[in-house]
Amino acid sequence: MLDKTGIARRIAQELQDGYFVNLGIGIPTLVANYIPEGIDVEFQSENGVLGMGPFPFEGEEDADVINAGKQTITTLAGASFFDSATSFSMIRGKHVDLTILGAMEVAANGDIANWKIPGKMVKGMGGAMDLVASAENIIVAMMHTNKRGESKLLKQCSLPLTGVGCVKKIVTNLAVLEVVDKGFKLLERAPGVSVEDIQNATEGNLIIEGDVPEMTL
Amino acid sequence: MINRTVANVQEALQGVQDGMILMLGGFGLCGIPENAIAELVKLGIKEVTCISNNAGVDDFGLGLLLQQKQIKKMISSYVGENDEFERQMLSGELEVELTPQGTLAEKCRAAQAGFPAFYTPAGYGTEVAEGKETREFNGKMYVLEEAFKADFSFVKAWKGDTAGNLIFKGTARNFNPCMCGAASITVAEVEELVPAGELDPNQIHIPGIFVQRIFQGNNYEKRIEQRTVRTRE
Repeated sequence: MLDKTGIARRIAQELQDGYFVNLGIGIPTLVANYIPEGIDVEFQSENGVLGMGPFPFEGEEDADVINAGKQTITTLAGASFFDSATSFSMIRGKHVDLTILGAMEVAANGDIANWKIPGKMVKGMGGAMDLVASAENIIVAMMHTNKRGESKLLKQCSLPLTGVGCVKKIVTNLAVLEVVDKGFKLLERAPGVSVEDIQNATEGNLIIEGDVPEMTL
Repeated sequence: MINRTVANVQEALQGVQDGMILMLGGFGLCGIPENAIAELVKLGIKEVTCISNNAGVDDFGLGLLLQQKQIKKMISSYVGENDEFERQMLSGELEVELTPQGTLAEKCRAAQAGFPAFYTPAGYGTEVAEGKETREFNGKMYVLEEAFKADFSFVKAWKGDTAGNLIFKGTARNFNPCMCGAASITVAEVEELVPAGELDPNQIHIPGIFVQRIFQGNNYEKRIEQRTVRTRE
Protein backbone atom coordinates (compact mmCIF):
# COMPACT_ATOMS: atom_id res chain seq x y z
CA MET A 1 0.00 0.00 0.00
CA LEU A 2 1.25 3.51 -0.82
CA ASP A 3 1.32 6.57 1.38
CA LYS A 4 0.66 10.04 -0.03
CA THR A 5 4.28 10.41 -1.10
CA GLY A 6 4.08 7.07 -2.90
CA ILE A 7 1.00 8.19 -4.83
CA ALA A 8 2.88 11.34 -5.87
CA ARG A 9 5.91 9.29 -6.94
CA ARG A 10 3.77 6.98 -9.08
CA ILE A 11 2.00 9.91 -10.74
CA ALA A 12 5.35 11.58 -11.45
CA GLN A 13 6.08 8.63 -13.79
CA GLU A 14 3.25 9.92 -16.01
CA LEU A 15 5.10 13.20 -16.68
CA GLN A 16 6.54 13.57 -20.16
CA ASP A 17 9.20 15.84 -21.56
CA GLY A 18 7.78 19.22 -22.57
CA TYR A 19 4.60 18.95 -20.50
CA PHE A 20 2.93 21.98 -18.96
CA VAL A 21 1.29 20.68 -15.79
CA ASN A 22 -1.26 22.08 -13.35
CA LEU A 23 -1.05 20.61 -9.85
CA GLY A 24 -3.95 20.78 -7.42
CA ILE A 25 -3.70 21.23 -3.67
CA GLY A 26 -2.66 18.30 -1.42
CA ILE A 27 -1.10 15.10 -2.83
CA PRO A 28 -0.75 16.62 -6.35
CA THR A 29 1.56 19.34 -5.00
CA LEU A 30 4.02 16.61 -3.94
CA VAL A 31 4.42 15.40 -7.54
CA ALA A 32 6.78 18.32 -8.22
CA ASN A 33 9.34 16.66 -5.92
CA TYR A 34 9.66 13.52 -8.07
CA ILE A 35 10.12 14.68 -11.67
CA PRO A 36 11.92 11.86 -13.55
CA GLU A 37 15.50 12.66 -14.51
CA GLY A 38 16.19 13.92 -17.98
CA ILE A 39 12.81 15.50 -18.69
CA ASP A 40 11.72 19.13 -18.58
CA VAL A 41 8.25 20.06 -17.35
CA GLU A 42 6.80 23.42 -16.31
CA PHE A 43 4.27 23.84 -13.55
CA GLN A 44 1.35 26.23 -13.97
CA SER A 45 -0.50 27.60 -10.98
CA GLU A 46 -3.89 29.03 -11.90
CA ASN A 47 -3.51 32.16 -9.79
CA GLY A 48 -1.10 33.35 -12.47
CA VAL A 49 2.35 31.81 -12.74
CA LEU A 50 4.06 29.47 -15.15
CA GLY A 51 7.49 28.06 -14.28
CA MET A 52 6.90 27.58 -10.58
CA GLY A 53 9.95 26.63 -8.54
CA PRO A 54 10.45 25.23 -5.02
CA PHE A 55 9.45 26.95 -1.79
CA PRO A 56 11.72 29.88 -0.88
CA PHE A 57 14.44 29.72 1.74
CA GLU A 58 13.47 31.23 5.05
CA GLY A 59 13.73 35.01 4.89
CA GLU A 60 13.27 35.07 1.12
CA GLU A 61 9.47 34.78 1.05
CA ASP A 62 7.69 37.33 -1.14
CA ALA A 63 4.03 38.04 -0.27
CA ASP A 64 3.46 38.86 -3.96
CA VAL A 65 4.62 35.44 -5.21
CA ILE A 66 2.35 32.57 -4.17
CA ASN A 67 0.76 29.44 -5.65
CA ALA A 68 -2.92 28.48 -5.86
CA GLY A 69 -2.69 27.03 -2.35
CA LYS A 70 -1.64 30.52 -1.14
CA GLN A 71 1.81 29.16 -0.25
CA THR A 72 4.91 31.27 -0.83
CA ILE A 73 6.88 29.97 -3.84
CA THR A 74 9.82 30.84 -6.08
CA THR A 75 10.05 30.93 -9.86
CA LEU A 76 12.53 29.27 -12.20
CA ALA A 77 14.37 30.69 -15.22
CA GLY A 78 11.85 31.29 -18.01
CA ALA A 79 8.93 31.82 -15.64
CA SER A 80 6.11 34.28 -16.32
CA PHE A 81 3.29 35.95 -14.43
CA PHE A 82 -0.13 36.74 -15.92
CA ASP A 83 -3.67 37.71 -15.00
CA SER A 84 -6.48 35.29 -14.13
CA ALA A 85 -8.23 35.50 -17.51
CA THR A 86 -4.98 34.63 -19.30
CA SER A 87 -4.35 31.83 -16.83
CA PHE A 88 -7.67 30.21 -17.66
CA SER A 89 -7.11 30.82 -21.37
CA MET A 90 -4.15 28.46 -20.95
CA ILE A 91 -6.41 25.94 -19.23
CA ARG A 92 -9.62 26.31 -21.27
CA GLY A 93 -7.63 26.63 -24.48
CA LYS A 94 -5.97 23.26 -23.80
CA HIS A 95 -2.44 24.66 -23.67
CA VAL A 96 -1.87 22.90 -20.35
CA ASP A 97 -1.03 19.25 -21.07
CA LEU A 98 -1.83 17.56 -17.78
CA THR A 99 -4.00 18.31 -14.76
CA ILE A 100 -3.46 16.44 -11.49
CA LEU A 101 -6.03 16.97 -8.78
CA GLY A 102 -7.61 15.43 -5.71
CA ALA A 103 -11.19 14.19 -5.36
CA MET A 104 -13.77 13.18 -2.76
CA GLU A 105 -15.51 10.83 -5.21
CA VAL A 106 -14.96 9.52 -8.74
CA ALA A 107 -17.60 7.56 -10.65
CA ALA A 108 -17.12 4.74 -13.15
CA ASN A 109 -18.27 7.06 -15.96
CA GLY A 110 -15.51 9.59 -15.19
CA ASP A 111 -17.63 12.02 -13.14
CA ILE A 112 -15.77 13.74 -10.31
CA ALA A 113 -16.92 15.46 -7.09
CA ASN A 114 -14.52 17.49 -4.99
CA TRP A 115 -15.95 20.85 -3.97
CA LYS A 116 -18.95 20.57 -1.69
CA ILE A 117 -20.62 18.46 0.99
CA PRO A 118 -24.17 19.87 1.22
CA GLY A 119 -24.95 21.36 4.62
CA LYS A 120 -21.48 20.58 5.95
CA MET A 121 -18.61 21.89 3.95
CA VAL A 122 -18.69 24.45 1.20
CA LYS A 123 -15.29 25.72 0.28
CA GLY A 124 -16.00 26.36 -3.37
CA MET A 125 -14.68 24.91 -6.59
CA GLY A 126 -11.85 27.37 -7.18
CA GLY A 127 -10.44 26.50 -10.59
CA ALA A 128 -11.37 22.82 -10.45
CA MET A 129 -14.49 23.06 -12.67
CA ASP A 130 -12.57 24.93 -15.37
CA LEU A 131 -9.70 22.46 -15.16
CA VAL A 132 -11.76 19.27 -15.40
CA ALA A 133 -14.05 20.65 -18.12
CA SER A 134 -11.17 21.48 -20.44
CA ALA A 135 -8.16 19.27 -19.73
CA GLU A 136 -7.79 16.30 -22.05
CA ASN A 137 -5.48 14.53 -19.64
CA ILE A 138 -6.64 14.42 -16.03
CA ILE A 139 -5.16 12.27 -13.30
CA VAL A 140 -6.92 12.04 -9.96
CA ALA A 141 -4.70 11.53 -6.92
CA MET A 142 -6.57 10.28 -3.86
CA MET A 143 -6.91 7.63 -1.18
CA HIS A 144 -8.99 4.65 -2.38
CA THR A 145 -11.40 4.93 0.59
CA ASN A 146 -12.57 7.77 2.84
CA LYS A 147 -11.99 8.12 6.59
CA ARG A 148 -14.95 5.83 7.30
CA GLY A 149 -13.45 3.16 5.07
CA GLU A 150 -16.03 3.65 2.31
CA SER A 151 -15.00 3.43 -1.35
CA LYS A 152 -14.36 6.68 -3.20
CA LEU A 153 -14.55 4.88 -6.56
CA LEU A 154 -18.29 4.65 -7.07
CA LYS A 155 -20.98 3.55 -9.51
CA GLN A 156 -22.30 7.10 -9.32
CA CYS A 157 -21.15 10.17 -7.36
CA SER A 158 -23.35 11.06 -4.40
CA LEU A 159 -21.89 14.55 -3.87
CA PRO A 160 -22.47 17.59 -6.12
CA LEU A 161 -20.39 17.17 -9.28
CA THR A 162 -17.35 19.17 -10.29
CA GLY A 163 -17.37 17.79 -13.82
CA VAL A 164 -18.97 15.06 -15.93
CA GLY A 165 -17.20 12.21 -17.73
CA CYS A 166 -13.80 13.85 -17.50
CA VAL A 167 -11.49 11.67 -15.37
CA LYS A 168 -9.20 9.39 -17.38
CA LYS A 169 -6.82 7.97 -14.82
CA ILE A 170 -6.79 7.50 -11.04
CA VAL A 171 -3.83 6.76 -8.79
CA THR A 172 -4.72 5.72 -5.24
CA ASN A 173 -2.89 4.19 -2.30
CA LEU A 174 -4.01 0.77 -3.65
CA ALA A 175 -3.94 0.94 -7.43
CA VAL A 176 -3.63 2.65 -10.79
CA LEU A 177 -6.92 2.60 -12.69
CA GLU A 178 -8.13 3.83 -16.03
CA VAL A 179 -11.68 4.99 -16.67
CA VAL A 180 -13.03 3.01 -19.65
CA ASP A 181 -16.49 2.49 -21.14
CA LYS A 182 -17.72 -0.03 -18.63
CA GLY A 183 -15.92 1.01 -15.45
CA PHE A 184 -12.56 1.23 -13.72
CA LYS A 185 -9.95 -0.85 -15.51
CA LEU A 186 -7.29 -2.05 -13.07
CA LEU A 187 -3.85 -1.32 -14.53
CA GLU A 188 -1.48 -1.80 -11.59
CA ARG A 189 -1.51 -2.89 -7.95
CA ALA A 190 0.36 -1.00 -5.24
CA PRO A 191 3.17 -3.02 -3.59
CA GLY A 192 1.76 -5.72 -1.30
CA VAL A 193 -1.84 -5.13 -2.37
CA SER A 194 -3.89 -7.97 -3.91
CA VAL A 195 -6.52 -7.74 -6.62
CA GLU A 196 -9.01 -8.86 -3.99
CA ASP A 197 -8.05 -5.96 -1.68
CA ILE A 198 -8.71 -3.55 -4.54
CA GLN A 199 -11.97 -5.26 -5.46
CA ASN A 200 -13.18 -4.96 -1.85
CA ALA A 201 -12.36 -1.25 -1.75
CA THR A 202 -14.01 -0.43 -5.09
CA GLU A 203 -17.78 0.08 -5.29
CA GLY A 204 -17.92 0.91 -9.01
CA ASN A 205 -17.46 -1.79 -11.63
CA LEU A 206 -13.84 -2.99 -11.55
CA ILE A 207 -12.50 -4.50 -14.76
CA ILE A 208 -9.71 -7.04 -14.28
CA GLU A 209 -8.01 -8.41 -17.36
CA GLY A 210 -5.35 -11.09 -17.01
CA ASP A 211 -2.49 -10.75 -14.54
CA VAL A 212 -2.41 -7.29 -13.01
CA PRO A 213 1.20 -6.22 -12.47
CA GLU A 214 2.52 -4.65 -9.29
CA MET A 215 3.70 -1.09 -9.86
CA THR A 216 7.39 -0.22 -9.79
CA LEU A 217 8.45 2.93 -8.01
CA MET B 1 -2.51 64.08 -20.50
CA ILE B 2 -5.70 63.28 -18.64
CA ASN B 3 -4.94 63.24 -14.93
CA ARG B 4 -6.62 60.39 -13.04
CA THR B 5 -5.12 61.17 -9.66
CA VAL B 6 -7.20 61.65 -6.54
CA ALA B 7 -5.69 62.89 -3.28
CA ASN B 8 -6.50 59.96 -1.03
CA VAL B 9 -8.70 56.95 -0.40
CA GLN B 10 -11.57 59.10 0.90
CA GLU B 11 -11.77 60.94 -2.40
CA ALA B 12 -11.28 57.68 -4.32
CA LEU B 13 -14.37 56.15 -2.71
CA GLN B 14 -16.70 59.10 -3.25
CA GLY B 15 -20.06 57.92 -4.53
CA VAL B 16 -19.92 54.45 -3.01
CA GLN B 17 -23.34 53.70 -1.53
CA ASP B 18 -25.25 51.01 0.31
CA GLY B 19 -26.48 48.20 -1.91
CA MET B 20 -23.91 48.66 -4.66
CA ILE B 21 -22.12 45.90 -6.57
CA LEU B 22 -18.38 46.05 -5.96
CA MET B 23 -15.53 44.20 -7.64
CA LEU B 24 -12.37 43.65 -5.62
CA GLY B 25 -9.11 42.30 -7.02
CA GLY B 26 -6.83 39.81 -5.32
CA PHE B 27 -6.29 36.07 -4.92
CA GLY B 28 -6.42 35.06 -1.29
CA LEU B 29 -4.77 38.00 0.46
CA CYS B 30 -2.34 38.51 -2.43
CA GLY B 31 -2.88 41.74 -4.36
CA ILE B 32 -6.00 42.87 -2.50
CA PRO B 33 -6.92 46.58 -2.38
CA GLU B 34 -6.13 46.94 1.32
CA ASN B 35 -6.72 50.68 1.52
CA ALA B 36 -10.12 50.57 -0.22
CA ILE B 37 -11.28 47.70 2.01
CA ALA B 38 -10.23 49.59 5.16
CA GLU B 39 -12.15 52.64 3.97
CA LEU B 40 -15.28 50.60 3.15
CA VAL B 41 -15.17 49.31 6.74
CA LYS B 42 -14.75 52.86 8.07
CA LEU B 43 -17.61 54.21 5.95
CA GLY B 44 -19.86 51.39 7.14
CA ILE B 45 -21.28 50.88 3.63
CA LYS B 46 -23.96 48.18 3.92
CA GLU B 47 -25.82 45.54 1.88
CA VAL B 48 -23.14 45.38 -0.78
CA THR B 49 -22.55 42.59 -3.28
CA CYS B 50 -18.86 41.76 -3.54
CA ILE B 51 -17.34 40.09 -6.59
CA SER B 52 -14.00 38.72 -5.43
CA ASN B 53 -12.28 35.37 -5.94
CA ASN B 54 -12.00 34.84 -2.18
CA ALA B 55 -13.54 36.33 0.94
CA GLY B 56 -10.39 37.06 2.91
CA VAL B 57 -9.64 35.49 6.29
CA ASP B 58 -11.50 36.16 9.54
CA ASP B 59 -9.50 39.26 10.48
CA PHE B 60 -8.16 40.57 7.18
CA GLY B 61 -9.22 41.40 3.65
CA LEU B 62 -12.95 41.06 2.96
CA GLY B 63 -13.24 39.21 6.28
CA LEU B 64 -13.23 42.69 7.85
CA LEU B 65 -16.43 43.60 5.97
CA LEU B 66 -17.98 40.25 6.84
CA GLN B 67 -17.32 40.81 10.54
CA GLN B 68 -19.31 44.08 10.36
CA LYS B 69 -22.06 42.29 8.38
CA GLN B 70 -21.67 44.80 5.54
CA ILE B 71 -21.90 42.18 2.79
CA LYS B 72 -25.27 40.97 1.52
CA LYS B 73 -23.96 38.74 -1.23
CA MET B 74 -20.60 37.28 -2.23
CA ILE B 75 -19.69 36.09 -5.71
CA SER B 76 -16.51 34.02 -5.35
CA SER B 77 -14.85 30.81 -6.44
CA TYR B 78 -13.24 29.69 -3.17
CA VAL B 79 -14.09 30.69 0.38
CA GLY B 80 -12.39 27.97 2.40
CA GLU B 81 -10.19 30.16 4.56
CA ASN B 82 -12.85 32.08 6.39
CA ASP B 83 -14.80 30.58 9.33
CA GLU B 84 -17.07 33.62 9.73
CA PHE B 85 -17.95 33.37 6.05
CA GLU B 86 -18.88 29.70 6.38
CA ARG B 87 -20.96 30.45 9.48
CA GLN B 88 -22.89 33.29 7.77
CA MET B 89 -23.38 31.20 4.63
CA LEU B 90 -24.61 28.03 6.37
CA SER B 91 -26.96 30.10 8.59
CA GLY B 92 -28.40 31.83 5.52
CA GLU B 93 -27.38 35.37 6.60
CA LEU B 94 -25.11 35.69 3.60
CA GLU B 95 -26.10 35.01 0.01
CA VAL B 96 -23.34 33.23 -1.90
CA GLU B 97 -22.90 32.60 -5.60
CA LEU B 98 -19.99 30.22 -6.11
CA THR B 99 -18.56 30.57 -9.60
CA PRO B 100 -15.72 28.61 -11.22
CA GLN B 101 -12.53 30.65 -11.07
CA GLY B 102 -11.96 30.87 -14.81
CA THR B 103 -15.60 31.81 -15.36
CA LEU B 104 -15.30 34.50 -12.68
CA ALA B 105 -12.25 35.96 -14.42
CA GLU B 106 -13.92 35.84 -17.82
CA LYS B 107 -17.15 37.46 -16.52
CA CYS B 108 -14.94 40.39 -15.45
CA ARG B 109 -13.01 40.44 -18.70
CA ALA B 110 -16.25 40.26 -20.73
CA ALA B 111 -17.56 43.32 -18.86
CA GLN B 112 -14.29 45.10 -19.57
CA ALA B 113 -14.31 44.12 -23.24
CA GLY B 114 -17.98 44.76 -23.97
CA PHE B 115 -19.16 41.18 -24.43
CA PRO B 116 -22.59 40.55 -22.89
CA ALA B 117 -21.98 36.82 -22.44
CA PHE B 118 -19.81 33.88 -23.49
CA TYR B 119 -19.90 30.09 -23.63
CA THR B 120 -17.63 28.05 -21.37
CA PRO B 121 -17.38 24.31 -20.76
CA ALA B 122 -16.76 24.88 -17.02
CA GLY B 123 -19.58 23.68 -14.82
CA TYR B 124 -21.55 21.88 -17.53
CA GLY B 125 -23.57 19.07 -15.91
CA THR B 126 -23.11 20.53 -12.42
CA GLU B 127 -25.32 22.72 -10.23
CA VAL B 128 -23.42 25.78 -11.51
CA ALA B 129 -25.16 25.32 -14.88
CA GLU B 130 -28.67 24.98 -13.43
CA GLY B 131 -31.08 27.40 -15.10
CA LYS B 132 -28.51 28.50 -17.66
CA GLU B 133 -28.64 28.11 -21.41
CA THR B 134 -26.39 25.34 -22.74
CA ARG B 135 -25.29 24.67 -26.28
CA GLU B 136 -23.22 22.17 -28.22
CA PHE B 137 -20.23 23.27 -30.29
CA ASN B 138 -18.21 20.65 -32.16
CA GLY B 139 -19.60 17.82 -30.08
CA LYS B 140 -18.89 19.38 -26.68
CA MET B 141 -21.36 21.05 -24.31
CA TYR B 142 -21.00 24.63 -23.09
CA VAL B 143 -22.77 26.89 -20.59
CA LEU B 144 -23.76 30.49 -21.37
CA GLU B 145 -22.36 32.84 -18.72
CA GLU B 146 -23.14 36.56 -18.60
CA ALA B 147 -20.73 39.44 -18.05
CA PHE B 148 -20.77 41.07 -14.63
CA LYS B 149 -22.36 44.46 -14.08
CA ALA B 150 -20.75 46.40 -11.25
CA ASP B 151 -20.76 49.93 -9.85
CA PHE B 152 -17.19 50.13 -8.57
CA SER B 153 -14.07 48.09 -9.19
CA PHE B 154 -11.28 48.31 -6.60
CA VAL B 155 -7.89 47.10 -7.78
CA LYS B 156 -4.37 47.11 -6.42
CA ALA B 157 -1.25 47.53 -8.56
CA TRP B 158 2.46 47.77 -7.81
CA LYS B 159 3.22 50.96 -9.74
CA GLY B 160 1.01 53.46 -11.45
CA ASP B 161 1.27 56.90 -12.98
CA THR B 162 -0.94 59.98 -12.86
CA ALA B 163 -2.48 58.98 -16.21
CA GLY B 164 -3.81 55.80 -14.56
CA ASN B 165 -1.43 53.38 -16.26
CA LEU B 166 -0.72 50.31 -14.12
CA ILE B 167 2.04 47.75 -13.62
CA PHE B 168 1.48 44.70 -11.42
CA LYS B 169 3.99 42.55 -9.58
CA GLY B 170 4.20 38.75 -9.35
CA THR B 171 1.03 36.82 -8.66
CA ALA B 172 -0.47 39.95 -7.05
CA ARG B 173 -1.65 40.60 -10.61
CA ASN B 174 -4.35 37.86 -10.61
CA PHE B 175 -7.88 39.32 -11.03
CA ASN B 176 -6.82 42.98 -10.83
CA PRO B 177 -6.22 43.61 -14.57
CA CYS B 178 -9.47 41.78 -15.49
CA MET B 179 -11.48 44.06 -13.20
CA CYS B 180 -10.07 47.32 -14.61
CA GLY B 181 -12.78 48.97 -16.69
CA ALA B 182 -15.24 46.22 -15.80
CA ALA B 183 -17.32 48.49 -13.51
CA SER B 184 -18.77 51.98 -13.96
CA ILE B 185 -15.86 53.41 -11.96
CA THR B 186 -12.47 51.73 -11.51
CA VAL B 187 -10.39 52.82 -8.52
CA ALA B 188 -6.73 51.77 -8.54
CA GLU B 189 -4.52 51.97 -5.48
CA VAL B 190 -0.78 51.60 -6.04
CA GLU B 191 2.29 51.14 -3.89
CA GLU B 192 4.13 53.76 -5.88
CA LEU B 193 2.52 56.59 -7.85
CA VAL B 194 4.79 58.40 -10.30
CA PRO B 195 4.26 61.34 -12.71
CA ALA B 196 3.09 60.43 -16.21
CA GLY B 197 6.09 59.82 -18.43
CA GLU B 198 8.16 57.96 -15.86
CA LEU B 199 6.82 54.50 -16.68
CA ASP B 200 8.00 52.89 -19.91
CA PRO B 201 4.91 52.62 -22.19
CA ASN B 202 6.23 49.21 -23.32
CA GLN B 203 5.90 47.84 -19.81
CA ILE B 204 2.35 49.00 -18.99
CA HIS B 205 0.00 46.09 -18.12
CA ILE B 206 -3.22 48.13 -18.00
CA PRO B 207 -3.63 51.40 -19.93
CA GLY B 208 -5.06 54.34 -17.98
CA ILE B 209 -8.22 54.43 -20.11
CA PHE B 210 -9.54 51.54 -17.93
CA VAL B 211 -8.92 53.48 -14.69
CA GLN B 212 -10.97 56.47 -13.50
CA ARG B 213 -9.27 57.19 -10.17
CA ILE B 214 -5.77 56.39 -8.94
CA PHE B 215 -4.07 57.09 -5.62
CA GLN B 216 -1.01 56.02 -3.70
CA GLY B 217 -1.97 53.63 -0.92
CA ASN B 218 -0.48 53.52 2.56
CA ASN B 219 0.68 50.98 5.12
CA TYR B 220 0.45 47.82 3.03
CA GLU B 221 0.51 44.82 5.32
CA LYS B 222 0.66 42.20 2.50
CA ARG B 223 -0.15 39.41 4.88
CA ILE B 224 1.05 35.92 3.85
CA GLU B 225 -1.59 33.21 4.30
CA GLN B 226 0.63 30.14 4.03
CA ARG B 227 4.22 30.99 4.74
CA THR B 228 6.00 27.96 3.31
CA VAL B 229 9.78 27.67 3.23
CA ARG B 230 12.47 25.06 2.68
CA THR B 231 15.55 24.64 4.81
CA ARG B 232 19.03 25.29 3.47
CA GLU B 233 21.03 22.12 3.09
